[in-house]
Amino acid sequence: MQHIRAHVLICAGTGCTASGAKRVEAALQEELAKKGLDKEIKIVETGCHGFCEAGPLVIVYPEGTFYVRVQEEDVPELVESHLYKGRIVERLLYKEPVTHESVPNYNDLSFYKKQQRMVLANCGHINPEVIGDYIASGGYEALAKALTGMSPTEVVAEVKKSGLRGRGGGGFPTGMKWGFTQNAVGDKKYVVCNADEGDPGAFMDRSVLEGDPHRVIEGMAICGYAIGADEGYLYVRAEYPLAIKRLRIAIDQAEEMGLLGENIFGSGFNFRLKIKEGAGAFVCGEETALLASIEGKRGMPRPRPPFPAISGLWGKPTNINNVETFANIPQIINKGSAWYASIGTEKSKGTKVFALTGRINHTGLAEVPMGISMREIIFDIGGGIIGGKKFKAVQIGGPSGGCLPEQLLDLPVDYDSLIQVGAMMGSGGLVVMDETTCMVDLAKFFLAFTQAESCGKCTPCREGTKRMLEILNRITEGNGKEGDIELLEEMSRNIKNTALCGLGQTAPNPVLSTLRYFRNEYEAHITEKRCPAGACSALTGYSITELCKGCGLCKKSCPVEAISGEIKGRHNINSEACIKCGACIAKCPFKAIIKG
Amino acid sequence: MSQVTLSIDGNKVSVPSNITVLEAATKLAIHIPTLCYLSDLSPEGSCRVCVVEIKGARSLVTACTYPVSEGLEVSTNTPAVLEARRTVVEMLLANHPQECPTCQRSQTCELQSLAHELGIRNVRFTGEKRKYQLDDSNPFIIRDNSKCVLCGRCVRVCKEVQVCNVLEWTERGFTSKVTPTFDSTMKDSSCVFCGTCVSACPVGALTEKSLFGVGKPDKKVKTTCPFCGVGCNFDLNVKNGKVIGVTSNLEGPVNGRLLCVKGRFGTDYVHSPERLTVPLIKKNGNFVESTWDEALDIIAKKFSTIKNTYGSDALAAVSSARCVNEDNYLMQKFMRAVIGTNNIDHCARTCHSPTVAGLATSFGSGAMTNSINEIPDCKVMFIIGANPSEAHPVIGAKMRQALRKGAKLIVADPRKTEMAQKADIWLRLKPGTDVMLINGLMHIIIRNEWSNQKFIANCTTGFDKVKAVVEKYPPDLVEKITGVPAEQLYKAAKLYATSERSSIFYTLGITEHTCGTDNVMSLANLTMLTGHIGKPSTGVNPLRGQNNVQGSCDMGALPNVYPGYQQVSQPESKKKFEKAWNTILSDKPGLTLPDMFDAANRGDLKAMYIMGEDPVLSDADAHHIRSGLLNLDFLVVQNLFLTETAKLADIILPASSFAEKDGTFTNTERRIQRVRQAIAPIGKSRPDWQIIADLATRMGYSMHYDHPCQIMDEIAKLTPAYTGVNYDRIDATGLQWPVPEAGHPGTPYLHSGGNFTCGLGYFMAVEYEPPAEVPDEEFPFLLTTGRILYHYNVSTHKYSKRLSEHAPEERMMLNPEDAIKLDIKENDLVRISSRRGSVTAKAWLTDAVAPGIVWMSFHFSATPTNEVTNGAYDKVTKTYEYKVCAVQVKKA
Repeated sequence: MQHIRAHVLICAGTGCTASGAKRVEAALQEELAKKGLDKEIKIVETGCHGFCEAGPLVIVYPEGTFYVRVQEEDVPELVESHLYKGRIVERLLYKEPVTHESVPNYNDLSFYKKQQRMVLANCGHINPEVIGDYIASGGYEALAKALTGMSPTEVVAEVKKSGLRGRGGGGFPTGMKWGFTQNAVGDKKYVVCNADEGDPGAFMDRSVLEGDPHRVIEGMAICGYAIGADEGYLYVRAEYPLAIKRLRIAIDQAEEMGLLGENIFGSGFNFRLKIKEGAGAFVCGEETALLASIEGKRGMPRPRPPFPAISGLWGKPTNINNVETFANIPQIINKGSAWYASIGTEKSKGTKVFALTGRINHTGLAEVPMGISMREIIFDIGGGIIGGKKFKAVQIGGPSGGCLPEQLLDLPVDYDSLIQVGAMMGSGGLVVMDETTCMVDLAKFFLAFTQAESCGKCTPCREGTKRMLEILNRITEGNGKEGDIELLEEMSRNIKNTALCGLGQTAPNPVLSTLRYFRNEYEAHITEKRCPAGACSALTGYSITELCKGCGLCKKSCPVEAISGEIKGRHNINSEACIKCGACIAKCPFKAIIKG
Repeated sequence: MSQVTLSIDGNKVSVPSNITVLEAATKLAIHIPTLCYLSDLSPEGSCRVCVVEIKGARSLVTACTYPVSEGLEVSTNTPAVLEARRTVVEMLLANHPQECPTCQRSQTCELQSLAHELGIRNVRFTGEKRKYQLDDSNPFIIRDNSKCVLCGRCVRVCKEVQVCNVLEWTERGFTSKVTPTFDSTMKDSSCVFCGTCVSACPVGALTEKSLFGVGKPDKKVKTTCPFCGVGCNFDLNVKNGKVIGVTSNLEGPVNGRLLCVKGRFGTDYVHSPERLTVPLIKKNGNFVESTWDEALDIIAKKFSTIKNTYGSDALAAVSSARCVNEDNYLMQKFMRAVIGTNNIDHCARTCHSPTVAGLATSFGSGAMTNSINEIPDCKVMFIIGANPSEAHPVIGAKMRQALRKGAKLIVADPRKTEMAQKADIWLRLKPGTDVMLINGLMHIIIRNEWSNQKFIANCTTGFDKVKAVVEKYPPDLVEKITGVPAEQLYKAAKLYATSERSSIFYTLGITEHTCGTDNVMSLANLTMLTGHIGKPSTGVNPLRGQNNVQGSCDMGALPNVYPGYQQVSQPESKKKFEKAWNTILSDKPGLTLPDMFDAANRGDLKAMYIMGEDPVLSDADAHHIRSGLLNLDFLVVQNLFLTETAKLADIILPASSFAEKDGTFTNTERRIQRVRQAIAPIGKSRPDWQIIADLATRMGYSMHYDHPCQIMDEIAKLTPAYTGVNYDRIDATGLQWPVPEAGHPGTPYLHSGGNFTCGLGYFMAVEYEPPAEVPDEEFPFLLTTGRILYHYNVSTHKYSKRLSEHAPEERMMLNPEDAIKLDIKENDLVRISSRRGSVTAKAWLTDAVAPGIVWMSFHFSATPTNEVTNGAYDKVTKTYEYKVCAVQVKKA
């Protein structure tokens, strides 16, 4: 057997692939061959590490050296220096944003230090297209344990005891849901995995599917055994071609090895999986719309009850969970519910993967134990706000969630405390805002999203969100009226109370939570015709202060010739002509131009 | 069903556990406003108007979807509920054109009524509104999407009731809309204009074009449709003494809100300017207006003279399947009691006489065995020689409902009809090979032991002979003659024989053959072989073609039977009617329709009295019919219009339409239903029964009735199956015969438990015989005929403006392969000629017909197809072989 002295892990997740990982891999292969190192050094394509901000990522083992933003032209140096001479390439290491120190080792990155990667344990460390890698890391042991040593009822009980709650947003106890479907009467039952991840800024499910697809398959098979289903569907959004490809490979390999199909582990249990690609509708993340879509119908929700557990896919009892929920199952079966329940808070157990985006230094995926504070996530893991700006708020739970202001940064993050403060866990999207974000504009952004994604079936969601959006539009355009806030509140109340599905019922949340914490911003827009964040262009004026040295750069950059002034004299902006494009601010070397 | 107790607004109520909160509230007479809800559709819960508060629930729920459960506490009028409802309706109003004064739905608009009920004063939202172009593409329905409130009722009606799936939601969010397939106009979509969506629309988004610009109706009169034999009920809308249109009446026992394009939009013929309004007498070759007295006196005198000179049998009458039972009863009474002959027949001769003869022979009762509303519960439907989607559209819809519920479908038809396309197994047999096919199926069933031995032993007789005959029909022979692959025969036989509930449906593709009666008896054999009869959704179902063809047969408008199929040749029957009618009757069976025209051509028949029919257009071999009529001494035609036949008459009597008279129709499922007068007779026209009674009286036989209900009372006394029928009892939902005694609830399906009307069912061994005329070198194409959806026999093309605007002319179906050989392109004018005559029509290239076969309808007087068809007829009942004749086709 050939001795492999080093492994080079190249992230082949969607993020790193987009920033050139495939080209890096090809160059590396070529370079290693050229140097005659290709027999002793092995290249491994992995799934996502979650640190997408810094891709393409390359990790060299056994040292665990973590290289970031590697491009193909860096490859010769990487090979020559690190792999041939054993010298770390300093310039490709990650530099901490605050301390500006280079961090050579994976485990020492501040991004990873406070994480507890359980669901994402394999992501970035195994080849997702090789079932052997998963098995070598303990994969399918949980399925074997369940099938050969536990009754379906015991499996359901174990999941109940673990305290696992649905990771798709609702936070419904998973074991209880399984129990409903297990007890439902039906000659045929289904397991459905909701992989229609659609929240803006959320991509944890994609990473799991791309980086560790077997974990989800195993979770679904255990669920099938527990509830008495012999067939499952993975509903994956079509925008995730790589996830779909890897799932197909994974299903084929599992079938080939008898881990899916007939009589698995000789237990008499049969289970098969099919993939259904979504067609781009956000609302198909809602479980009844998702089921309609699998059935080939227009993806529109229907009222519950009956719940899918009683009457789901083609009228049969159906258990639907999200990707991350299923991915939690194998470890619960393997290590036991008591171990799992020891992680997290009293009512929220285990870990949660968050997608960090917005005005934050470390954009990426972070898996943390429940109960960690938002401050730790944003500042310790996320590396704080870009450009040293001031934190203003974080939107949690996507368009269905709400925002948390600075005073709530120390709140422990779990399902119930988030609900209390008007936000929600949702699927775990975190959008971080700094002082330049207008909160009315933020509410408008999310409402415009849900409005566009409304299926159009029920009146409050179809008509009501449109009217709310129109009101927000006029507020940000300076045409807000006395009473608009109260009207928004009344409409929010009624839409929440009457909409048919979760999409409509939660659509007003961004408005309600920004009103709760930033009501003064709304009032400033309406009564003073002013946008405190300076973001709403209709309400923002540009002016040049006494800091102006009269260099004339602003005048040259102005596309509409709104700036006048002599060289070395203070310049002026004609506010009538100004289109508020911001070009002058960007050019001014003396920070003499302000808006507000 | 188990019961649960819940409380609504503090009132406790115990209800079945499978109903919704809305249904439970209805039981307590608690009103909950709704918009997207309709009791005959699946609840959708989309409008959110019916929200209520449930104790412990996170948000409000829709009463129309929420299931009741034990201990549920519901509040229907809390401040939160009322605010929510108001907000929802305000949102709808904000996106609705404020055009109420000009809207056709004004005052009947459900959105308007909700706004009033919820006390909405003003709409606080002033944003974007949806604005779409009006779809005015067709003669029937106006679609104004700008007024749509997206309740989805039309979509569900189209999906669940009519089952055509034409309307669907498109786009998302605020731009959501309901459109026909691919966002086309209704005309360019696959819409069949049943208009059921219009009946479901709560606002002015879908409206009847006919009701635009005519004002609100003064009254609505529930009556029975005058077109096919389904017997739909609807409301005639009347304004200022005129019928302005038709709307659904949900109480219709057969159809509910369903109607077809003809019923909903085709009754404009009532006010056609071509209606006859005064009696006309032909003088010197021209028709001259006359009085009723003058016309009837002449007829009375002339009939008397002919009777006295040539004997009673020199006169004959054609009664009508279009006319009410009371008209038919009086017509046959007139011929038998006043003229003294049994020479009475009607167009059942040209359609379902083989059914009456065949099923009466096999089962003792010649009618549809089951009910129309049993169709959706069929497990297997075997449609043979029928095109219900077009000829019986509402039955077609019921069949699609069955398919939606998972029923399997076998279709035997030479043409690729809609049902053939939907079939699990389509047996594309060659026209005229039905006996071969059915015997072949029975052969396979017997060989594979799928037959029902117990049923055969207990309920039937004569099986051995049939077994011996079908032994000679092995699959390879059947495949050779019918053209249907043996494998398909096997599959069809298995599916039909082994299902829990199989029903056969057929129409004139079975009967209009020289072997029509044989075909019918073959089907009867098949049902008895498998025991698929005498249960709900299980039987053999001839779909009768005309509104009252069942009734006119029941009334004895046939040459061999009195009302109730009592034989004229049987002394007891004769005695019974002689006593009732106080006269001497003839025991000699009269002439059938073809016999009459033969006798007229020979000069044996001197006078005819033709009511409500147009044999020149509708009977086969028109040339022969016309020459016979011209050879008569005296011809009286009683009709609404100056038909081709009327043009040959000596006297024409103007009759009143169904909208102008009271009476009853008996539909194909034997349901006797009321026809109600909605308007006064047009001009000086009179209901047929009055004309006949007047004429009889003038001939010295006093016939006097104040109202048709008195005629029905007389019918009930003399007709065993109608004994328990009177106008009071049939007022609401009709009754299905047999109604053998007063108070009897009627009979939804016949031969219950295999107890046939005649005792044991008779297996009749039948051998295959080829059609009378088959294609040859000179006439190489096989012509087969039928109906299209948009027309009804020979009347609507001319007198319903809307229907003829939509379907103005004959189009002959021709297979594209043949078209290439003949160098014929779509819409080319072609000449179709047979040994008897020749017509022209436009070509319609379609693979609905196989190569070598052409298909035409017989609706259009500009293309009188029956000039071409064969006058050969069924050996038992003399029903013409409309379905097969040999023709040549050439570019005209």
